[in-house]
Amino acid sequence: MTEPVVLVDTSVRDGTTVIGLTGELDGRSGPGVQRRLMELLPEDGRVLLDMSGVTYLSSAGLRVLLLLHRAADGRVALTGVPPEIETVMAATGLLDLFRVAGSSVTDSSVADR
Amino acid sequence: MLETRVDAYPTHRIGGVPVRAGRTLPFGATPVPGGVNFSVYSNNATAMTLVLFRRGEAAPLVELPFPPSFRRGGVYAMTVFGLDDLGLDVETLEYGYRADGPSRPQDGHRFDPGTILLDPYAKLVGGREVWDAPRDAVYPYRGRIALDDFDWEDDRPPGIRPEDLIVYELHVRGFTRHPSSGVRAPGTFAGLVERLPYLVDLGVNCVELMPVFEFDELDNPRGPHNYWGYNTVGFFAPKASYAASGPYGMQVDEMKNLVKQFHRAGIEVVLDVVFNHTAEGNERGPSISFRGLDNSTYYMLTPDGHYYNFSGTGNTVNCNHPVVREFVLDCLRHWAAEFHVDGFRFDLAAVLGRAPDGTVLANPPLLESLAHDPVLRDCKLIAEAWDAAGLYQVGSFPSYCRWSEWNGRYRDAVRRFVKGDLGTVGELAARMTGSTDIYGPRGPVASVNFVTSHDGFTLRDLVSYNRKHNELNGEENRDGDSANHSWNCGHEGPTDDPDVLALRARQVRNALLLLLTSHGIPMLLAGDEMGRTQQGNNNAYCHDGPLSWIDWDLAREHRDLHRFVRNAIAFRRAHPALRRGEGALGHSVDGRLPEVSWHGVHAWTPDWSPHSRLVAAMFSTMRDDGGYDCVYVAANSYWEGHVLELPAPPEGTVWHLFADTAAAPPHDAHEPGREPRLADQVRVSIGPRATLVLVARERLPEE
Repeated sequence: MTEPVVLVDTSVRDGTTVIGLTGELDGRSGPGVQRRLMELLPEDGRVLLDMSGVTYLSSAGLRVLLLLHRAADGRVALTGVPPEIETVMAATGLLDLFRVAGSSVTDSSVADR
Repeated sequence: MLETRVDAYPTHRIGGVPVRAGRTLPFGATPVPGGVNFSVYSNNATAMTLVLFRRGEAAPLVELPFPPSFRRGGVYAMTVFGLDDLGLDVETLEYGYRADGPSRPQDGHRFDPGTILLDPYAKLVGGREVWDAPRDAVYPYRGRIALDDFDWEDDRPPGIRPEDLIVYELHVRGFTRHPSSGVRAPGTFAGLVERLPYLVDLGVNCVELMPVFEFDELDNPRGPHNYWGYNTVGFFAPKASYAASGPYGMQVDEMKNLVKQFHRAGIEVVLDVVFNHTAEGNERGPSISFRGLDNSTYYMLTPDGHYYNFSGTGNTVNCNHPVVREFVLDCLRHWAAEFHVDGFRFDLAAVLGRAPDGTVLANPPLLESLAHDPVLRDCKLIAEAWDAAGLYQVGSFPSYCRWSEWNGRYRDAVRRFVKGDLGTVGELAARMTGSTDIYGPRGPVASVNFVTSHDGFTLRDLVSYNRKHNELNGEENRDGDSANHSWNCGHEGPTDDPDVLALRARQVRNALLLLLTSHGIPMLLAGDEMGRTQQGNNNAYCHDGPLSWIDWDLAREHRDLHRFVRNAIAFRRAHPALRRGEGALGHSVDGRLPEVSWHGVHAWTPDWSPHSRLVAAMFSTMRDDGGYDCVYVAANSYWEGHVLELPAPPEGTVWHLFADTAAAPPHDAHEPGREPRLADQVRVSIGPRATLVLVARERLPEE
C-alpha cells in the first residue's frame, strides 16, 4: 500500500497564516501532517486552515485538527471544509470548537470572524 | 522518563509478523507503544488464533496462532508489532479470533475453528456502519480499535436526584429518522443532539435510550428488521449506523459528544442495556462471539447442553457465572467511565438474578456487585424486574436499597383506573404515593412510574384500541401482550366522531396528569406528548418506518397536547410535594398538614369501596422557606361528574386551578405560576372522566 500523501502549503495574507491541506488525512498520514502543522504554527496571529483539498478525514485525522486547535489556543479557523467532512465534524462536535470561515480563502469576511 | 518501554520490542515472529507475549490485562485490543495488545479468554478452548483483516476486505490479511507460551490461565495475549509493514494502522485494522476446542453440544461446547469470532470486548465494531447494508458472509461483525482520547473538556454529570428525574424513553433512530425531523443527520446520535432544544423546552431531564450497543437490524427471521435492537452483537461498542460519522469509524466520538452536549443542557443519559440474552439465538443461531469462544461459560445450559430460554429469545446469558459477572461489570464501567453515561435500565433484569441452572437467587452476586461498584456508584440502576419465564419481581427484586424498578403495577393500576375499572381506587392511591406498600424503605425513588413504554401501545393507541393489531408483524397477531388494559372510547381505531375524539383527548390527559403528579420517577414515552400512533400495534420491534418513527408534524397537529405535557412537567418541577425521596406520611406531625391526605366528595372522607371511581389526594410538604408546598389532585373515572368539597388549603393560601382535563384547551393546563384562583374555595366541580389539579398559593393582600 502506498502511503497517502498530504500536501501542506502555507502563505501569509493580511497577517493571517493560511495553511492548505490536500489529500487524505488519516491514521497513516496524520503523524507527519501533525509535525508539519506544528512547525508551521506561528507564535501568534490568526491561522486559517484551508481544508478544500482534503478528500478524506478519518478519526485520527480529526485528532490532528483537534491537537492543532489545542496547540494554537483557539487561533485556528477552518475554511473550505468539504460538505461530507463538515457533516462528520459537526456530528462529533469538533466543528463547534473551530470558527468556520467562509467557503473560500478569498472570502473577505474570513479574518474578521 | 524513558522515551520507550522495554516491552516495546518483538520477541517472536509468527507468519513473518513481529510479536511478543502480550499483557493479560486489560482484555480486548489496546494500543501500546509500537503496536497493539490483544487479550482474549476462553476456559475451554484448546487453541486460539488471532485473525487480522485490512478494513473492509473479505479475506484475512494474516492469521497468528497464539503459541502455548502466550497463554496465562485461560487468557491468550499477544502484542503485535509492525502494523506499518502490513500496511495497517489502528484505524484500518479489523480483527477477530478463531477458537479451537471440543465440538460436543451435549457437553455445552460448540467450538468451530472455521468461524471467525468477534472479541466480546471490542470497543468498535465494523461491518454495520450503514443501516440495512448487506452483511459480510465470512465475518460480518468485525472488531476494531477505538481511539479513546475524546476531549470531554469540563464535562460533569448533572447528578440529578432520583426524585427529581423526569425520564423520556426514546429510540435513537426513530427520534429523527422521519423526514419531518428536519435535522441534518436523520436517525443518528448527531440528529438527536440537533433535537436537544426540543427536549430542553419540553422540560425532561433524563433520556433513556433504547439499545445503542452494536446490533444487527437485519436479524429478524420473521420480517425485514429488528428495529428496537434487543439483540446485542457487541456489548462495548456503540451502534455504528446510529452515528452520522459511523462510515468514518467515529461512532465513539459521536456518541460521547451526545452525552457531553446533553450534560451541558442538564439532561442525563441512561442506556437501556440487554444482558439477559444475545443475538446468537438458540441452537440454530449463528456463532458470533460468546458461543464460539466459550459457550458453556457464557450461556445457561440444560444438563444436555441446550439453551435455557428465560429471555424468550432463544438463549440466556449466564450472568451469575463469575466470569460473565466480571464481563458485565467491565462493560458497565466502560460506559460509565468512558462514555460518562448516568445510568442503566436493565432489560428483563430478573434474569440477572438467576443461577447458572436458572434457580432464582436470594442474593445474586451480579446484582450485589453492581449495587456496590465504586465506578457505578452514582449511576442510576433501573431494573425491568421480570423475565420471559414468569418470574415477576416488582417489589421483590434484590435491590440492596440501590436499584429502582420499572413499576409494571403502576402502569396497570393507572390504565385500569382511567378506563373505569371497578375496585381500582385503593391500588391507584398506593401507586400515586410511590408504591411504598411494595417498596417499603426504598422509598418512592424505587418506583419508575410509567403508563406507556416502547413495549406496548403508545398512549394514543391505549385510548383508541381495545385489542392489539399486530398483523403486520408477520405472526398473525399472536405476538405482543394481550393484557393491555386499554379502551377505545367507543370505536376501534381511527374515527371522525367528535365525541370519541374528545373523550380520547381527555383520557390521554388523565393518564399523563396522574403520571406527572405521582410520587416516584415518571417516565414518558417519546411521542406520547404529540399523539403518536402505531395504529394499534403494541409490539412494533420489527418496523423501521413511519409506524415506529416520530412524525414531527404531529407536534404541530397536537400543539394543545404538547403544551399540556410541557405545563404538567413544569408543574412537577415546581412542586417538591410531588417529588418525594421518602414515602409520604399520612398523619400529622407537630400539628403540620399530613404529607398526604385522602379526600372524596367530602373533604377528609375518601371512598375506598369497590364501586368507587374517585380518588382525591392532597400532597403537602414544607418548603425550605418554611411555607407549605401543597397540591390537590382529584381523579374521577365515573361517566358523570361530581361536586367535590375541598379540604382547606394551608393557612394564608388559597386554591388555584392548575389543570382540569375536562376543560377545553388552553384551560386544560395553565402555565405554572399563572394558575387562576378558584372563585369558590369550598367546592369544585369535577367533570365526567376527568382529573383536576389544584395548587395552594399565597393569598394576595387584596383577596
